[in-house]
Amino acid sequence: MARVEAITGNVAVAEAMRAVEPDVIGVYPITPQTIIVEAYAEYVAQGEVGTEFVAAESEHSAMSICVGAAAAGARTMTCTSSQGLALMWEELYIAAGLRLPIVMFDVNRSLSAPINIHCDHSDTMGARDSGWIQIFSENAQEAYDNFIQAVRIAEHPDVMLPVMVMMDGFVISHSIQRVELLDEDKVKKFVGEWKPDYPLLDADHPVTWGSFDGLGGFYFEYKKEQYDALQRAKDVSQEVAKEYAKLSGREYGLFEKYKMDDAEVAIVAAGSTAGTAKTVVDTYRQNGIKAGLIKIRLYRPFPAEEMVEALSGLKAAAVLDRSPGYDVLGGPIFQDIQSALYQSGTSVPLVNYIYGLGGRDVLVSHIEKAYEDILNVAKTGKVDKKVDYLGLKE
Amino acid sequence: MTKWNYKGIKAKDLPKGAVIPEGGTAADYETGGWRTKHPVLDKEKCINCLFCYAFCPDSSVIVENGKVVGFDLKHCKGCGICAFECPKDAINMEDE
Ligand code: SF4
Ligand code: SF4
Repeated sequence: MARVEAITGNVAVAEAMRAVEPDVIGVYPITPQTIIVEAYAEYVAQGEVGTEFVAAESEHSAMSICVGAAAAGARTMTCTSSQGLALMWEELYIAAGLRLPIVMFDVNRSLSAPINIHCDHSDTMGARDSGWIQIFSENAQEAYDNFIQAVRIAEHPDVMLPVMVMMDGFVISHSIQRVELLDEDKVKKFVGEWKPDYPLLDADHPVTWGSFDGLGGFYFEYKKEQYDALQRAKDVSQEVAKEYAKLSGREYGLFEKYKMDDAEVAIVAAGSTAGTAKTVVDTYRQNGIKAGLIKIRLYRPFPAEEMVEALSGLKAAAVLDRSPGYDVLGGPIFQDIQSALYQSGTSVPLVNYIYGLGGRDVLVSHIEKAYEDILNVAKTGKVDKKVDYLGLKE
Repeated sequence: MTKWNYKGIKAKDLPKGAVIPEGGTAADYETGGWRTKHPVLDKEKCINCLFCYAFCPDSSVIVENGKVVGFDLKHCKGCGICAFECPKDAINMEDE
């Protein structure tokens, strides 16, 4: 029987890891992810799991350990946050290029400077084009569910790519929520036994990993195949989600549509903010205003066509980015959506809000401001400010 | 020649992640062309300690019946490590 527990987001992730029980974890602690590592180290110390737990001296080493372990044929996991992910930069691309199905949890935290340990999405946004699959979670339950599904997506023969799953630092990672945990043997059955194609440790079938591609080699073709594999992850994620729904009763789409069927205006957001936005949508609905919400889940590969379909027909929409966009074009999610709309020839008046940087509280009043603005855009058809901010101090 | 032939392969048949799915393929990769100097053995001085054999990074010191008999010049890239490590100065690096 599934158990229901009151646990933090971090413990929910550690529970998901324990249920999967990977062969190797290469990891370095960093706030706000540390509790995941600590909890897992305790499972190892208590003999509850047979995982080889390698405590590295930095995240650069942690991801290097994961690359080596995954090439060796081990089911491999890690977790990190913020600067830790930044320090893994080099190996992120190697893990994706070598098509290693490493599964990593990133507890979203801002990037220095100034030093700030709180939530925003700048860390994983920096890695959005590193070739990893990226999945956002709204709450602890989704973090748990997404992390288990990530194993199957990563290891799917049509995909074979690393996956990072995210949740908001502190807001989710450190707050206690209701989480339904599946039976561990059911999770183990769901993920199955990992049988790699070319395990480096198979001495009877020697192989070479990470060799020089030569001057007239196939680098270009490998990159094209890597791109195709990443695109295939979209359908695979949905196959896996359907199977997971049978196991858990919870089904996950590419993104979540909340009261979108007859919506006239909508907000697109990722992470815990979606939860706040839902209550705002409910209030508008009570007042007869047709507001809706789209919550990002699968962010890489970006489900562009489906997103355009979900947004088309809206009178106006606002995209909320919890990371700064340093060019003039706005935040990353906004740019993705704007490009997707433009490519498909669909026109929806769109505004972008940068919000919640460095853990700035996201209030109902901030979300309301965004809805009020787009309701105004819907009326006038005019966008005054394409990129704006929510919750900035005077 | 190993079964794995990189040159003849089509892009669609490339193993995932640029893995080379077979051992010993370095034999097909001739690094001898990199060389500007090559090792020459002085059999008079050599005591067959096989230090050169152990140190050569390209497995290019040819040993038969426990004795150094020469160098595999298809793969020896002329690094001079064998000459440097030889305790008897029995290897001389000569210009190509
Ligand atoms: S290291 Fe020098 S002495 Fe020893 S086997 Fe090689 S050539 Fe001979
Ligand atoms: S020169 Fe270098 S590569 Fe050539 S035999 Fe000596 S050690 Fe080996």
